[in-house]
Amino acid sequence: MANGANIGLSVRTDDGRTHLAPTGDWTARTVSAVDEQLRALEDQVDAEAVIIDLGGLGRIDTAGAHVLGRILTPCGAPNGDFHFVGQHPAARQLMVMAREVAVPCPPPPPAGPGIIQLLDRAGRGLVSAAEEVVSSFAFFGEAIAAAGRGLARPDKIRWAPAFHVMETAGLNALPIVATLSFFIGATVAYLGAQLLQQFGASVFAVELVSFAVLREFAVVITAVLLAGRSDSAFTAQIGAMRMQQEIDAMKVLGLDPFDALVLPRIIAMMVMTPLLTFGAMMMGIFGGMMVLWAVMDVTPGFFISRMYETIPIQHFWVGMSKAPVFALVIAIVGCRHGLEVGNDVESLGARVTASVVQSIFAVIVIDAAFAMLYLELNI
Amino acid sequence: MTENVIEVRGLRTAFGAHVIHDNLDLDLRKGEVLGLVGGSGTGKSVLLNTIIGLKRPDGGEIRIFGQRYDELDRGERQKLEQRWGVLFQGGALFSSLTVKENVKAPMREHTDLSPRLMDELADLRIAMSGLAPEAGAKLPAELSGGMKKRAGLARALALDPDIVFLDEPTAGLDPIGAAAFDELILELKSTLGLTVFMVTHDLDSLHAICDRVAVLAEKRVVEAAPITELLQSNHPWIVEYFHGPRGRAALGERG
Repeated sequence: MANGANIGLSVRTDDGRTHLAPTGDWTARTVSAVDEQLRALEDQVDAEAVIIDLGGLGRIDTAGAHVLGRILTPCGAPNGDFHFVGQHPAARQLMVMAREVAVPCPPPPPAGPGIIQLLDRAGRGLVSAAEEVVSSFAFFGEAIAAAGRGLARPDKIRWAPAFHVMETAGLNALPIVATLSFFIGATVAYLGAQLLQQFGASVFAVELVSFAVLREFAVVITAVLLAGRSDSAFTAQIGAMRMQQEIDAMKVLGLDPFDALVLPRIIAMMVMTPLLTFGAMMMGIFGGMMVLWAVMDVTPGFFISRMYETIPIQHFWVGMSKAPVFALVIAIVGCRHGLEVGNDVESLGARVTASVVQSIFAVIVIDAAFAMLYLELNI
Repeated sequence: MTENVIEVRGLRTAFGAHVIHDNLDLDLRKGEVLGLVGGSGTGKSVLLNTIIGLKRPDGGEIRIFGQRYDELDRGERQKLEQRWGVLFQGGALFSSLTVKENVKAPMREHTDLSPRLMDELADLRIAMSGLAPEAGAKLPAELSGGMKKRAGLARALALDPDIVFLDEPTAGLDPIGAAAFDELILELKSTLGLTVFMVTHDLDSLHAICDRVAVLAEKRVVEAAPITELLQSNHPWIVEYFHGPRGRAALGERG
């Protein structure tokens, strides 16, 4: 038995019989060299008259046995002795095995023409979007009901996980929220200073920075960051718990996943988002103050006293009032998608993506609605 | 003396201060089916993962086909990895691929087979592992636990490896399925000269197909011998394992 020899196949025809003499190793890594040759041969020769000489064959595995034995499959007695000459310890047995078990898997059902598939997908997308909206509201309702239960029995609220989420999703987000709002404040101040200088009104940059940061930027930056950071974590955590059947175990033990998982997260977000927003406001104004000091010689003292004179406190409350709403939306979207995760990794990925996209989308849309509302109310 | 395909010498593994194995020796001989038994938490799966290179040993050496895994470069490692197949406990199928694509994955990566031949060979592996042909088009999430194991085996066998590592292959299978699994392993062993390393608690499997059984206790392999010899052993854990009520029941049927 040649070891590690190159695969080969010689074919000889006499007396109307086809002699096949395989040589070398017929394994999964080598058989592609002779596959096409044998396939062509299968169509040409009479299977009943094939004789395989096993004498020169080296190692053979099931892949090799499949390729070599295929030619005998159509004949009456594929393992008949007259089909073989020469000895090999395993080849015949393997060929029998390969032949007996080989049942081709049914091919996937043929897909229709492209246009039909496109319409099909579009329709499914529309229906699932509608279902998504309905189930979002259903989830929102359930969350409200759970919150009601919590209010009725505050001692039943799971405070420990709530505080844990406050730390991981809230406190740990403070550095990034603060840094980003610092840069946003700085950018607004820089642009404002340059633009207003042309009108000789550069001192109004103070108002621009305070107004923009207090009303919009601080709270929106915080909410978008939390949507990217904490919302995805909620979905992934709860989704992984679902995949491990932990949610099922909770239900069986009489624990309501809403009470145990969703409510603590909602509470934590409702508490932490306003605090983070406050931090973002401070840092945003600080960023603006630093830039105006550096480029326009507006001293921090002047900045603060001018802000105190010209910016009414209501702008601060406008920004703050949006924070709990965003927090609620982010927590609910994150938890809802987590609970919708199926059994496979694919759906976990899809849900996390959907969760982040939807929560950022919701934050921006709600912010626009707030802007219109406050404009109409003249606040 | 038959040749050893795997030699473990003086192996030490630890998670922090928690030592799992200390001074562990183990041989896997060519063409044998070796069963590994041990109590829960004695590190059977850790040993398996260490041998296949998923966990670095903290001491000692492991030789596979005479080569030390940690001394090989990337290319040689890949070559070595193609010579074994692993069936993980839960199947560890790629969840975004169908069963058939899972089986094709190693072939696609490491061979130049034509798509048509790859298709045929994947069908062959799926059928060999005892799955119905319809299972080929399914996603792992749609399979039962037993079917996942079979699909995992089909993937482990995709490249016709020299060694297969099986982590609790028959756990969670019904007795008929488990017997068929044993049968399949025996058949592959006799035709392909497959060497099998299996972690198992299935006493029937141990009796039916294992040539030798290695017993993991006291952080090392306390004994590795054919099961008939183990039955004579007077190590307390071995005595309890094989002569406890379940051990006796499995033995009793065999007379």
